[in-house]
Amino acid sequence: MKFSERWLRTFTDPDLSTQGLAHALTMAGLEVEEVSPAAPQFEGVVIGHVVSVEPHPNAQKLRVCAVDVGGPNPLSIVCGAPNVSAGVKVPCATIGAKLPGLKIKETKLRGVPSQGMLCSAAELGISDDADGLMLIDSNASIGTDIRQMLDLDDKIFSLKLTANRGDCLSMLGVAREVSAITGVELRMVDSKAVKADLEDQLEISLSAPEACPRYAGRILRGVNAAAPTPELIVRRLERSGVRAISAIVDLTNYVMLELGQPMHAFDLAKLTGGIDVRFARTGETLELLNGQTIDLEPDMLLICDDSGPVALAGIMGGEATAVTAQTTDVFLEAAFFSPAVVAGKWRRLGFSTDASHRYERGVDYEGISRAYERLSQLILEVCGGEAAVANDVTASLPTRADVKVRVERVEKVLGMAISAQRVEEILQHLEMQPRPSGNAFVTTPPSYRFDISIEEDLIEEIIRIEGYEKLPATLPRAASGMRALPEKVRDISRIRQTMVNRDYQEVVTYSFVDEAWEKDFGGRATPIRLANPIAEQLSVMRSNLLGSLVDSLKFNLNRRQPRVRLFEISRVFSQNGSGSNGSGFDQRRRLGAIAYGDARPEQWGATARPVDFYDLRGDLESLFSPHEIELVAAQHPALHPGKSAQVLVGSQVVGWVGELHPALRQRYEIPETAVAFEVDVQAVAERTIPTYEAFSKFPIVRRDIAVEVAADIPVQTLLASLKKDSNSIVKDVAVFDLYRGKGIDSDKKGLAFRVLLQDTQKTLTDAGVDSVVAGLRDILAREHGAKLR
Amino acid sequence: MDELEHLIDEARAAFEQAADVARLEQVKGQFLGKSGALAMLCKGLSSLPAEERPKAGARFNDVKNAIDKLLAQRREAIQAELLARKLEEEKLDVTLPGRDAGNGGLHPVTRTLERVTTLFESMGFDVADGPEIETDYYNFSALNQPEDHPARSMHDTFYLAGEHGPSEQYLLRTHTSPIQIHYMEANRPPIKVISPGRVYRVDSDATHSPMFHQLEGLWIDETATFANLKGTVREFLRRYFELDDLEVRFRPSYFPFTEPSAEIDMTFKDGWLEIGGCGMVHPQVLRNVKIDPDTYQGFAFGMGLDRLAMLRYGVNDLRLFFKGDLRFLRQFS
Repeated sequence: MKFSERWLRTFTDPDLSTQGLAHALTMAGLEVEEVSPAAPQFEGVVIGHVVSVEPHPNAQKLRVCAVDVGGPNPLSIVCGAPNVSAGVKVPCATIGAKLPGLKIKETKLRGVPSQGMLCSAAELGISDDADGLMLIDSNASIGTDIRQMLDLDDKIFSLKLTANRGDCLSMLGVAREVSAITGVELRMVDSKAVKADLEDQLEISLSAPEACPRYAGRILRGVNAAAPTPELIVRRLERSGVRAISAIVDLTNYVMLELGQPMHAFDLAKLTGGIDVRFARTGETLELLNGQTIDLEPDMLLICDDSGPVALAGIMGGEATAVTAQTTDVFLEAAFFSPAVVAGKWRRLGFSTDASHRYERGVDYEGISRAYERLSQLILEVCGGEAAVANDVTASLPTRADVKVRVERVEKVLGMAISAQRVEEILQHLEMQPRPSGNAFVTTPPSYRFDISIEEDLIEEIIRIEGYEKLPATLPRAASGMRALPEKVRDISRIRQTMVNRDYQEVVTYSFVDEAWEKDFGGRATPIRLANPIAEQLSVMRSNLLGSLVDSLKFNLNRRQPRVRLFEISRVFSQNGSGSNGSGFDQRRRLGAIAYGDARPEQWGATARPVDFYDLRGDLESLFSPHEIELVAAQHPALHPGKSAQVLVGSQVVGWVGELHPALRQRYEIPETAVAFEVDVQAVAERTIPTYEAFSKFPIVRRDIAVEVAADIPVQTLLASLKKDSNSIVKDVAVFDLYRGKGIDSDKKGLAFRVLLQDTQKTLTDAGVDSVVAGLRDILAREHGAKLR
Repeated sequence: MDELEHLIDEARAAFEQAADVARLEQVKGQFLGKSGALAMLCKGLSSLPAEERPKAGARFNDVKNAIDKLLAQRREAIQAELLARKLEEEKLDVTLPGRDAGNGGLHPVTRTLERVTTLFESMGFDVADGPEIETDYYNFSALNQPEDHPARSMHDTFYLAGEHGPSEQYLLRTHTSPIQIHYMEANRPPIKVISPGRVYRVDSDATHSPMFHQLEGLWIDETATFANLKGTVREFLRRYFELDDLEVRFRPSYFPFTEPSAEIDMTFKDGWLEIGGCGMVHPQVLRNVKIDPDTYQGFAFGMGLDRLAMLRYGVNDLRLFFKGDLRFLRQFS
């Protein structure tokens, strides 16, 4: 909310500078976002009276004017504005004046001396209007400084109000706060009942008394709707960010800004019969003042006359019954609509208004007569006419329940001492009507406060007025227990650190992605869609991290990074899972990684080679260590069919690893091989607590076995055969060489196994070792057709 | 006998001239070999009178030992020289860089998260996590923010699409407060927990991202006060920024789930900077999770993790965090 500081100070004028006032408001919870000048700095501009206008001897577009600025002789000023004419009053920058970006000196224009400059509003920085000279009211006295006359030294305050303080959406409301904080008296505007000469009234029925418990109407006849709005009111409206339109609309807005009560003026001649405030019926429509015709819904409250809906209650009036310049008789409405009936409607309508903004936060239901009397008074003053007796109909208004506040409780919640006397004083400042009750006070919150219903609300009010700055900063005391530290779960930071140590850079990318990625990288035709995405390419929740990793890879490739290794840990989303909050969504955390370019950074001491499947398998092994992972060849929609696998721990599939499918590489413009994996973070985090086992003291013997087998037998199968006798003295078998190519049939591969043997009871003999190794060779030959080499 | 003395000098000179071990062995023969100079002189011994022989023999042995010693010395010297040359040849250019296995890095927000987590853990806070697709209940209602509450417009919420158009049942959490509700449902006071994580709001410009990170803290026991909240927040900010004289100011504010509520300002350069929001947990929120507000009270606070990272590392554009740009990310490894 924006407002003029001068205007506020007509209500309450504490001995505070502009900055002091802004600080006081901010520290009372009415955050002043900005204080800006009403006009830029300039000086030496006075009201000039153009006495005569003569043609310029040397220039067709220029005129030579005689301008009276109150001095002994008129000034001679050359002017090019089209609207200069004898008799007008305009801002005149005299010699020595300083305008925004300009200093006025005596000069000659096309040979004619000019003793100043006549100004447009734009030249003074007051508005964007550069169409001609700024014309001043003819009653203005000549020679007056324009800053003083237009109150240009005023400041504009912008408040960022919290949703609970609807009562501060007016000058009166802000002033009430200032008065409560500073103790300076509040001066109310004159809102005496106007003289009601006429008897006529519209009949008012409250058919939805809970939604509209009070509705007041007043007829004004014989008004001149075309009368100009007084300059002071226009200025205050503009400084509040409200554009002046016509007198009756302007005055209605003015009283709303002044007192916080939204009101509406109907053209009486366009209303038929009486007023009924009721909910909409199916099929009804209404054309609003903004030109929009809406289909009314049964939870929308309406103002109706005998012909049907004429206004959307608390939100906007109807176009058909609007006041125009020709209007002579008006029907003023001032009502209380319950916050619940207005709240949230803006979402469906797609707009909110100054009125709905106030109603959904709560409008003072006891301020209604004050508001319509004030508005009637201003309309009669500005537009003339006569007022009728108001018809103020009330059903059952809300009541403010008493709220008790215990002084002891105030201290217990705040953690600071405060006296009962001070508590009472603050409650009085806030018009809470405190009544002592033991070491507590019973209060009745005022009708304009919709946010006080429990003790804590009052505690906040007390510290707010006492000053949050007085709250001490103390550390809490607590029993010093220890946090649980489950050893079976690896800390996620350890997992991240493993990835970092293995040369991956962490990224954080959006959880919502392009729908195409879900199809391409997750094989999902029906992703989880957002109802209101900010962009089409951020419209579905991702079920995997690969799409985002490929996108980040591409982003970096486009920036000439030759080697990219990225990882991300994030939740991914899928439907119908065992949702962690029973919502039917699986939202598990996954760790995804992608590697592109050389396996190692380019360097003098190592031969360059591109990263491959086994590099990432190695990363996975390190990540899961000491748990052993098993890889099983498997298809994945985004991966190379021959270079992809599921990752298993025990018998549980925990993720996948593989080379990005060449077709996808082409589609996403990734020139070289990219290898990726994705695994469940929970699986990575699991670890077992070690249990000590006695180890053998006898020496370990190493023997190597070299064989040639069919190329399509997985090494895993061979290893499983070699390790299957768990009672054997064979402690470990590992592959240390793989050979294909020259000297070997193309459908064969050469493998070399390292076998470690050890007995727990004795030192092994050569004969014992030989016989076991022979047994192993035999297994390979018999079970897998291996040829010994 | 002068001849013998002379022989020692001769041997010394000859050995010195031998450049390597092979040559030395050859030269050795000239003096100590079967037909070497010493052997020749030895033959002369027999021509001496018998009484002179023992003395001459001893003298002869001394000369032989002396030559042996010279030989050994020279041999050692040659070998030392050889080793020295070899070592010299093997010299490395130690200025060449080491074999590089490469090293990645953490994202700056993670780096911040880990630091923040460690700080709060040192004060006894637990760390909790929760779902990002939430229900309306956990994100709003349980936090005392019923449907159509005006404060809801502060949260421009992403909703999931239902089968037949938008479904307001599921949404992306707009703050990490729902984690606190889950946590309070599962744990009884005393409660000390922080809940960091991703949150989502319909907002995107230079200072807003539709996804960002929040950190919230919750402390519930029988005595935690508003002043304790200020103390805790100040303690954290002082430790996080490593500024012992950092000050914190509370400004009245409004959140449906706390009462009283405050904005948190901290001293920054020459003024105040808003860094988060906080307040005493609203009794209704406690009641919603079946904690008796007459017995228990406590505080909650929230801050932007991204913002903490920006301030700490001087990052001026929030969007940089989410672009995956290595030129940016590598600066934080």
